[in-house]
Amino acid sequence: MSILHLVNKSPYERDSLDTAADYMVDGDAMLLIEDGVYAAMSGGKAASKISGMKVSVLGPDLAARGISEEKLVDGVTVVDYAGFVDLVESNDKVQSWL
Amino acid sequence: MKLTIQVNEGPYQHQASDSAYFFTKAALEKGHEIFRVFFYHDGVNNGTRLTTPPQDDRNVVSRWSELAAEHDLDLVICVAAAQRRGIVDDGEAERNKKDATNIAPGFRISGLGQLVEGGIQSDRLVVFGD
Repeated sequence: MSILHLVNKSPYERDSLDTAADYMVDGDAMLLIEDGVYAAMSGGKAASKISGMKVSVLGPDLAARGISEEKLVDGVTVVDYAGFVDLVESNDKVQSWL
Repeated sequence: MKLTIQVNEGPYQHQASDSAYFFTKAALEKGHEIFRVFFYHDGVNNGTRLTTPPQDDRNVVSRWSELAAEHDLDLVICVAAAQRRGIVDDGEAERNKKDATNIAPGFRISGLGQLVEGGIQSDRLVVFGD
């Protein structure tokens, strides 16, 4: 059983990304949305935490914050809202870390 | 896939209502079924028709109403959260002796059981909030 972990807060604001990452097990996926996209920046506070994990980031929220895709941690994939829907479908459950 | 969406945040507060809207729209475009959208906590403020945002800004409330009309969505507002925040339909106005209503088209007020049912009946429950 796989879980999609949704994180919508910046790692500079709350520790929800840390909590979600600690709960992730093999096969799970994480999607960063809203201010959560700041966690995907290379050299940022959460970069070492998410490197090597299955992490996606919502493209429109990235663009809205002026973060270019070249600035992302290696291995992080960018998805649009249709990709968000696909992630919800391909995992058995969705956990929002609000 | 059958989905229930939960919205815990009001319009223009941060981004949860926008995220929920765009996710719902994308799911519909991909042919998925939206069993219900449940508005809880400050999320009930998405259901007042009395908002007047500036013309060059998005209209969060009417956007939900239009999507509901287009796709026959069930937009449900939690009654206890609505009573606290002054979201009123005809039934609530009569029951609580209010002199006006403000519920937006396409929304209805009901209980938390509707959220529980959404969770049971749907393949996924996706929560948006602050």
